[in-house]
Amino acid sequence: MSTFKQHSVLPGFNLALGFTLLYLSLIVLIPLSAAFIRTAELPWPQFWATVTSPRVLASYQLTFGASFAAALTNAAFGLLVAWVLVRYQFPGKRIVDALIDLPFALPTAVAGIALTALYAGNGWIGQFLEPLGIKVAFTPLGVYVALTFIGLPFVVRTVQPVLEDIETELEEAAAMLGANRLQTFLRIIFPTIFPALMTGFALAFARAIGEYGSVIFIAGNMPMISEITPLLIITKLEQYDYAGATAIAVVMLLISFVLLLIINLLQWWSRRRNALA
Amino acid sequence: MSIEIRHLHKQFGSFAALRDINLKIHAGELLALLGPSGSGKTTLLRVIAGLETADTGQVLFNDEDATRQHVRDRQVGFVFQHYALFRNMTIFENVAFGLRVRPRHSRLKNQEIHERVTHLLKLVQLDWLADRYPHQLSGGQRQRIALARALAVEPKVLLLDEPFGALDAKVRKELRSWLRRLHDEMPITSVFVTHDQEEALEVSDRVVVMNEGRIEQAGTPDEVYEQPVNPFVYEFLGHVNLFHGRIHQGRAWIGDIEIDAPEHAEAEDLAAIAYVRPHDIEVDRFLNGDSALPARVSHILSVGPVVRLELTREDHQDRNLVQAEISKERFRELQLAKGDRVFIKPRRLDLFPHQSH
Repeated sequence: MSTFKQHSVLPGFNLALGFTLLYLSLIVLIPLSAAFIRTAELPWPQFWATVTSPRVLASYQLTFGASFAAALTNAAFGLLVAWVLVRYQFPGKRIVDALIDLPFALPTAVAGIALTALYAGNGWIGQFLEPLGIKVAFTPLGVYVALTFIGLPFVVRTVQPVLEDIETELEEAAAMLGANRLQTFLRIIFPTIFPALMTGFALAFARAIGEYGSVIFIAGNMPMISEITPLLIITKLEQYDYAGATAIAVVMLLISFVLLLIINLLQWWSRRRNALA
Repeated sequence: MSIEIRHLHKQFGSFAALRDINLKIHAGELLALLGPSGSGKTTLLRVIAGLETADTGQVLFNDEDATRQHVRDRQVGFVFQHYALFRNMTIFENVAFGLRVRPRHSRLKNQEIHERVTHLLKLVQLDWLADRYPHQLSGGQRQRIALARALAVEPKVLLLDEPFGALDAKVRKELRSWLRRLHDEMPITSVFVTHDQEEALEVSDRVVVMNEGRIEQAGTPDEVYEQPVNPFVYEFLGHVNLFHGRIHQGRAWIGDIEIDAPEHAEAEDLAAIAYVRPHDIEVDRFLNGDSALPARVSHILSVGPVVRLELTREDHQDRNLVQAEISKERFRELQLAKGDRVFIKPRRLDLFPHQSH
């Protein structure tokens, strides 16, 4: 055991590690393993049939597709918002800055109802979109809108501090060497904020995959069209099909885990290339 | 390329960073802007670079007005105090950056870029670090890379903002003489900012002493050290002793000493301060002939070839300390010890009428 222990001036390594593991077990690992254990009650063919039924497959596609699109949108526009908040001074900047956190704090059901009211065929925004043939509420597009709403703060809040840390000297140096604004952004600024942007993207993506409250109001929940996976899990639970519900949950968990692992690898790779001084 | 600065003025809110600056920098010269912090030296450098715009006044490059020229078009190399290396790029790519961002029609071929970067890395003696990243280098190495990067675009002017300010004393000394040698090999018009008077005097061809947004004096290191034009320059460049006295119709009195002061022939019984460098103070055990000031040895520092003495004046009420530097031989000859009574006499001094503030 003593080989694990590195001598450090900070006391309490054993205690701190023990507490960390216990805490992690209670909060994360035990509930997750319960899902696996519950799933194991199902015989393999039945498990496979549950998790690959057409309705479930359609829901995976919607959940992961819409989450990915929403996270991507947030990466782009969140970066823009962070840029404006860091780089420019304007009246009301602090208020705008505070507004960013609202999707964190707002009960998701409230967000869902508000968005539905806005985008329904007779809503404030929906009434203008309807004649153009764009239906938002009760379609996959609505799911995407709701997921974009709840994911925005993740990107802004991860990119903002990194942008603030970029020395203006770097940009001045690039300009003195003859680089134009675009070249400076693409070659100097973007590579520096890329790891943070990836983190923000991963957080927004993960949050969107698990999102339930805000989506179910605006989605309409039509099987095969606008039904998200978390809703299917709830549906199964309501039918006392616990094993079926956990089976779908396990698949979601595995897919999410693999996706987050890939994102983390990408981040690790870019951070290594962009090591901090 | 020569640089001329005409009537430059720059205001930050209520603070005047530059006040009516006029300066000519000759082609191929290595010029130091020396001054305490807040004296406007960095602002002046940044205005020359185009990173800052002056409120009024002109900057001329080779007699052509460059005041409105964009940073990118000025062909100026800039070295920052904190290096400002691009940390997401290797050392090689850092140096190559200026060549790679050129417009396509004037961009060099990859092979040529490679040759030039390798040449520059050899010039700064760091070609073996080409594949490393900036964070893997020491401060001195980073600053040399920053210099190579600035030189890669073949600038007409090289500007350095406290280039050695963030380095430790030993590395600073090494880089100082290295920069001097590099400039002798490659005489690009260079301006560097420093608050270290030793650095300015040692490296540059000409020193410009600045204070409170003004140029106090411009001249060769010898001129500014030996003939400071005013008390500020005197006090800023090296140690100096102050003696209070009076001047009257071309004569000056400091304690019992009476001296000729022909440059103050019009003075009518004015208070004055005499500035004397420590090495211009003569120390003797006895009063031989003419007048001198009595003092007591209060401290002796005899490390190195020069012995530094701290002396307390005995004839003066405020008993201020006088610093004197004498050679080791002279020290042995006098056989001084702490507490001894001596007589001191300024060998050379500069008198300035006392400004009461």
